Amino acid sequence: MKKIIVVIIFSLFIFSSCEDDVVSSLPNTNVSFNFTHNWDGILIDNSDFNEIKYFNENSNELSIEKLRYLISDITFYKENGETIIIEGYKLIDLADNENLSYVTPLEIPVGLYSNVSFTFGFNNTDNIDGSYPDLNSASWNVPMMLGGGYHYMQLEGKFINSSAAEQGYQYHTIRAVDNSDSDNLVFQDTFFTVDLGQIIIHENSNIGVKMNVAEWFKTPYSWDLNIWNSMLMPNFDAQVKMYDNGQNVFSLGSIN
Amino acid sequence: MKIFRYILILLFSFSCSKDDSSSLPEYVPTPLALEIPILFEQKILPPIIPFSNPQTVEGVTLGKKLFFDPILSGDNSQSCSSCHNPVNSFTDNSQFSAGVDGVLGNRNAMPLINLAFNYDDFFAWDGSEFGLESQALEPVENPIEMHNTWEQAVQNLQATSDYPELFQRAFGNNTITKELVTKAIAQFERTLISGNSKFDRYLLGNETLTDQELNGFNVFMDETKGDCFHCHGSNNNPLWTDNKFHNNGLDAIFSDLGLGSVTGDPSDNGKFKSPTIRNLAFTAPYMHDGRFNTLDEVINHYSEGLQNSPTIDPLMKKVAEGGVQITIEEKADLKAFLLTLSDSDFINNIAFQNQ
Repeated sequence: MKKIIVVIIFSLFIFSSCEDDVVSSLPNTNVSFNFTHNWDGILIDNSDFNEIKYFNENSNELSIEKLRYLISDITFYKENGETIIIEGYKLIDLADNENLSYVTPLEIPVGLYSNVSFTFGFNNTDNIDGSYPDLNSASWNVPMMLGGGYHYMQLEGKFINSSAAEQGYQYHTIRAVDNSDSDNLVFQDTFFTVDLGQIIIHENSNIGVKMNVAEWFKTPYSWDLNIWNSMLMPNFDAQVKMYDNGQNVFSLGSIN
Repeated sequence: MKIFRYILILLFSFSCSKDDSSSLPEYVPTPLALEIPILFEQKILPPIIPFSNPQTVEGVTLGKKLFFDPILSGDNSQSCSSCHNPVNSFTDNSQFSAGVDGVLGNRNAMPLINLAFNYDDFFAWDGSEFGLESQALEPVENPIEMHNTWEQAVQNLQATSDYPELFQRAFGNNTITKELVTKAIAQFERTLISGNSKFDRYLLGNETLTDQELNGFNVFMDETKGDCFHCHGSNNNPLWTDNKFHNNGLDAIFSDLGLGSVTGDPSDNGKFKSPTIRNLAFTAPYMHDGRFNTLDEVINHYSEGLQNSPTIDPLMKKVAEGGVQITIEEKADLKAFLLTLSDSDFINNIAFQNQ
C-alpha cells in the first residue's frame, strides 16, 4: 500500500511538472533595441559630429555636436489585448558608441506581438523631479522653474545664420510649459508614444529603431534656426512644434 | 560499526589538521567606507572605487602621509599638498604652481574634491589622465613639478624606517612600488568629499537662504539668464559639474589646445573640463589658466566677455553679443548664490590636514 501511495505521489509530481513545462514551453527572452540615427537616410554617428554638413528643410546648414535623448516604458502588445510594459528608461547618448543599445531588464515570451512601442521622454507619472540618480548624475534635469523633471532630448550644434556666421543652437525638448506666471505654470504634454508596429519576437531578438534627425526640422514645421535656436526650454510654442515634428522621427529598423 | 566511527573521526581530524596547517590567513586591511553626504546618496550614483584598490583604513592613512610628504619630489621640497592645499579646497591660490626647480606650469592646479564621483574617470583639465591611480603617477616625474624618477622615489621610501611597515599594513606587502604609492594616494583623495555647504543644508531643510541668494540660484537655473545648470549641476546634481569638456569662450585663438592636445581632434581644441563650482570662495584664481582672480571677473566673462571660436560650445549663447548679458543686480545675486556652495567644514576637516 505504501509503495502504491509513493508511486501515485511521484506520478502526480511528474505530471504536474510536465504541465508546467507545457505552459512555459514558449521560452521567455530578453529583447534588445539598437538605436541608429540618420539624416534622411545617411547614417550618423559621433564621427560625423562637429562638421557643418547637414541641410534642414528650411535650408539651414548645420552641424551636430551633441545628441542625447530618453526613451521609456517599452511596451509589447499581444494580439489578445494584453500588454507587457517594461518599466524603465534609457538615456541614449551618441557621444558613446557603446551606449546605443538597450536590453529589456525583463524577459518576455517569444511570439507575435501586434505592436511594440516606447515613450519618447517620460510620461508625467515617471517624470519625477530628481528621482533618478543616473539621470541626475548625467545633468539631465529640468529646472523647477520650468516644472522640474527631466529633459527628453538635447540636440546641439551650430548652423550658418542669416549673416553667414556660425551660431550655436540648442534644440532641447522638455514638457511644454508656459511660465509667464511663475506662480501658475501651465503645461502641455510633449512626450509621445512611438509605435513600431507588428513584430515577431524570437529568442534574443534585436530590434532596430531608427531616428531620422532631419525630421526634427521638417514635418509639419519647416524649422528656421535663425528664429528658434536658443533658450527653447521655456519657449512653449517651440516645444509644441518640436513635439509635432517628433511624430515622424522614429521608425522600425531591421529585426534580427 | 565502531570501526566505521573511528574512520570518520580519523578523517575529520585529518581534515581539521589540514586546515590548521594551511598557510597563514591572508592579511586583510580594515575596510573603510567613504562618508557620503546624504544629498549625494539621494541624488547621484555611488562613487567609483576600483575593485583593484578598495578603500581601507590603512591605505587612506598611508595615502594621506604620502600626500603631505615631500619625499616624493626630486629634492624633498614639495609634496602633493604644495599645489593642492587643503585651505584652498586642495588647489593652489597662485595662477600657476612652481615646481621643485622653480619653473612655473601653464595651468592652474585643479581642486581635489569629490573625485570619487567623476564617473567618466578622466582627470586633469584636458582629460589626459584616466583613473586617479594613473593620475597620481604623473606629477612625480614631471620635470616642472616634482622632477623625480619613480625609481628614486620608491628607493627613498623603502629606505625610511616607517614607510615599509605602513605599506605592509595597507597592502600586506612591505616592498614598495609606484603602483602601491599611487593606490594609497588615490584612496586618500577619494575621501576628499565636500558636501556640507549652506546650500546643501538649505536643500536638506536645515538652513534658509537670503532673497539675494535665492534670486542668484534662479539666475543660475534660468536658461534665459545665466543658464549655468547645463554644465555645472543643479539642486539635483550636488557635484556642481558635469565633469565634461567644453570650450567656454575664453579665447578666439588658443595658446593651449586642452582636450584637443590629448585626442588630436581639432574639434576638441580649446575644450577643458568643467570644474566643480563648490568652494569657489577658496579656489581663486579661476579657469584652467587661472586668468580670473575674482568671481566677478568670471561672471563678467559669461555675461559679456565671450570670445568666439570654431569649437565654442553651443551652450555659450549670445556669443555675438559677448554673452548672456545679465544685469548688475543679477550678477550680484548670482555671486551670492555661488558663495553658498562654500563648505568650510571641508577645508577645516582634521582628517584632511597634515597632522
